[in-house]
Amino acid sequence: MSAITDSAFGGERVTVLRARRGWASLDLRELWEYRELLYFLVWRDVKIRYKQTAVGAAWVIIQPLLQAAVFTVVFGKFGHLPTNDVPYSVLTFTALVPWLLFVNALTSSTRSFVDNQPLVTKVYIPRIFIPIAPVLSGLVDFTIGLFVLGGILAWYRIVPPLHVLLLPFFILFAIVTSIAVTLWLSALNVRYRDVQYTIPFLSQAWFFATPVAYSALVFPAHLRMWLGVNPMAGVVQGFRWAIIGHQAGQVGHLMLLSFGVVLVLLVGGLEYFRRVERSFADVV
Amino acid sequence: MSSDRLVLRVEGLGKSYRIGEREPYKALRDVLTDALRTPARIAHGIRRTKAVPTDLIWALSEVSFDVRQGEVLGLIGRNGAGKSTLLKILSRITEPTQGQVTLRGRVGSLLEVGTGFHPELTGRENVYLNGTILGMRRAEISRRFDDIVEFSGVERFLDTPVKRYSSGMQVRLAFAVAAHLEPEILLVDEVLAVGDAEFQEKCLGKMRDVTREGRTVVFVSHNLAAVRSLCSRALVLEQGRLVFDGSAADAVDRYLQRAGGARDSAVIEGDALASRLVKSRIYGDSPLFRCNRIAILDESGTPSVGFRSDEEATIAIDFTVLRTVPGMRLLVTLTDANQSVVLRTENIDDADLDGPVRLEPGDYRASVVLPRGLLGDARLDLNVSLISEVNQVLDYGAVAELAFNFAGHGSNTRGKAYLRPRLSWQTDVAAPVV
Repeated sequence: MSAITDSAFGGERVTVLRARRGWASLDLRELWEYRELLYFLVWRDVKIRYKQTAVGAAWVIIQPLLQAAVFTVVFGKFGHLPTNDVPYSVLTFTALVPWLLFVNALTSSTRSFVDNQPLVTKVYIPRIFIPIAPVLSGLVDFTIGLFVLGGILAWYRIVPPLHVLLLPFFILFAIVTSIAVTLWLSALNVRYRDVQYTIPFLSQAWFFATPVAYSALVFPAHLRMWLGVNPMAGVVQGFRWAIIGHQAGQVGHLMLLSFGVVLVLLVGGLEYFRRVERSFADVV
Repeated sequence: MSSDRLVLRVEGLGKSYRIGEREPYKALRDVLTDALRTPARIAHGIRRTKAVPTDLIWALSEVSFDVRQGEVLGLIGRNGAGKSTLLKILSRITEPTQGQVTLRGRVGSLLEVGTGFHPELTGRENVYLNGTILGMRRAEISRRFDDIVEFSGVERFLDTPVKRYSSGMQVRLAFAVAAHLEPEILLVDEVLAVGDAEFQEKCLGKMRDVTREGRTVVFVSHNLAAVRSLCSRALVLEQGRLVFDGSAADAVDRYLQRAGGARDSAVIEGDALASRLVKSRIYGDSPLFRCNRIAILDESGTPSVGFRSDEEATIAIDFTVLRTVPGMRLLVTLTDANQSVVLRTENIDDADLDGPVRLEPGDYRASVVLPRGLLGDARLDLNVSLISEVNQVLDYGAVAELAFNFAGHGSNTRGKAYLRPRLSWQTDVAAPVV
């Protein structure tokens, strides 16, 4: 689809539809024109998420608190993991907030095309919004999680370091990481429904591969940076660094590696997505 | 209303789908086994290229046409003729395999009303959600909100989740949103098939308004009367190919002619007839008569399955009497899709007859004429019974079924009715009331 001018059409902006081949670029102008749709898709997800539940939106707070409590008991009391004198629950909760954003995105986004089949087969909208919307709607839970985290920090009388001001950057990084991964998974799931069934396993394995319930300090210093191959390790360590100043000097290489991995995942994911998107309506 | 401005050009458009035993989406397993097989194949020196076209089906091929601004283009064809595929390409849902489409301005598509409606959301919320999905701006929806609500007639339930709506209410609300889209090109598919008669009429009215505003519409429907009354021009698609491009009335004629495919479905004889006979009671081993052929003929005596309501249709029944039949009864009924009898006629209805119709052995043809201007828009099943009846005792019954179409014509196109006879009307100035 490209804008061309044709004398028969009075020289105005027209759209040409034809089979696309090769590398496809992202039509940013179109995405901008449809921006309100993205907003409404996110808004819809948020509105219906906790309908017909007894405690409603309170789940947003209960879920991470329960999980942090389990980790605190299981790993903190029995595991004797090194924490550098930071209370274990603070260490865990700081990581859980971005982790839950990611893992919820993984679950809802991967299924998004199957769940929203009519949006693919009955109308035309920029399809890239379909997997992105669930990621963004998770930000509501995420924001509430941040407030709960603030409460926990206050309870332990922990004052974040000045570089907490860089937190928005790490939040953005968490979002981009989630989008990069789910672009691949959601597009793959259109063709191979197997993907959605691997998600519970995938998220569990990923969870243990990411220093959420433990500290990166369990690894020897010279190996620690390689954790960054997993971009969620970068996200989690970034959050810890920004909020509790934990292991301040040791995240640099790890973060850089994570950035690189996400960049590759994102560019590749966008390209893969654009390639297979053409046949979505025929195969979904 | 149409101008010289071209808004849509379709050139050599084609779309192929891959068919086969395989499900439309692959399981990872398939890919893995394919991957495993490939080296094995190379080892055996068998090379298969990817583009083996054996399992390709062309849903659309070599379709070309132009649409000018303000034109209302009808698209007709049987199921599977490629109408929906064409609309899906025009609305960018799927990509063409061949050829290209050039279009100017915003395209709005109504391939299905209520896309994206969420049952948990209220009517109000769904109007906004659905509106943006259809490509409207939020400000635009707000501006037209009152019109949309008024058109839908669900004002009182606006803040109720739509899951509590009746299906009719949901459809009305959904159509109301869609009807207030203001694209330069509007694509409509069969939405008129929903809702009650009153609402359908309202939808047709809205479509007329849209066309009066000079917008371009591409309209797919099985409702031939609607196509004829709304469209200035129509295309007929047949097995993915464009077979007719011209005035809507001519297109409908062409479609009706072709609707039955081969001519012989207006005729039933031989084995086909035998297999469709419903024997209600057989008179011993030696039947009194045998039905040979039943046909629906047009005015020139040619078998046909498509008629306009201003045309005559003749039902001809050929049969052989094997032994003397003391009372021959021939019964014809026309039934609609719901098995309701629309019309019933018998040879013994004839007022000039006195006593039963006695037939000696030999070949006979019985025919009955459905006069012009009797039937309105209808797809009808023809049932023919041959009965030997003496003193109201039914001795032999045979029923054969055929289907054929009537389509309204001229002023007969508005509203759906099985009967649209031309009755005599008189309108006089009323005598003043003293």
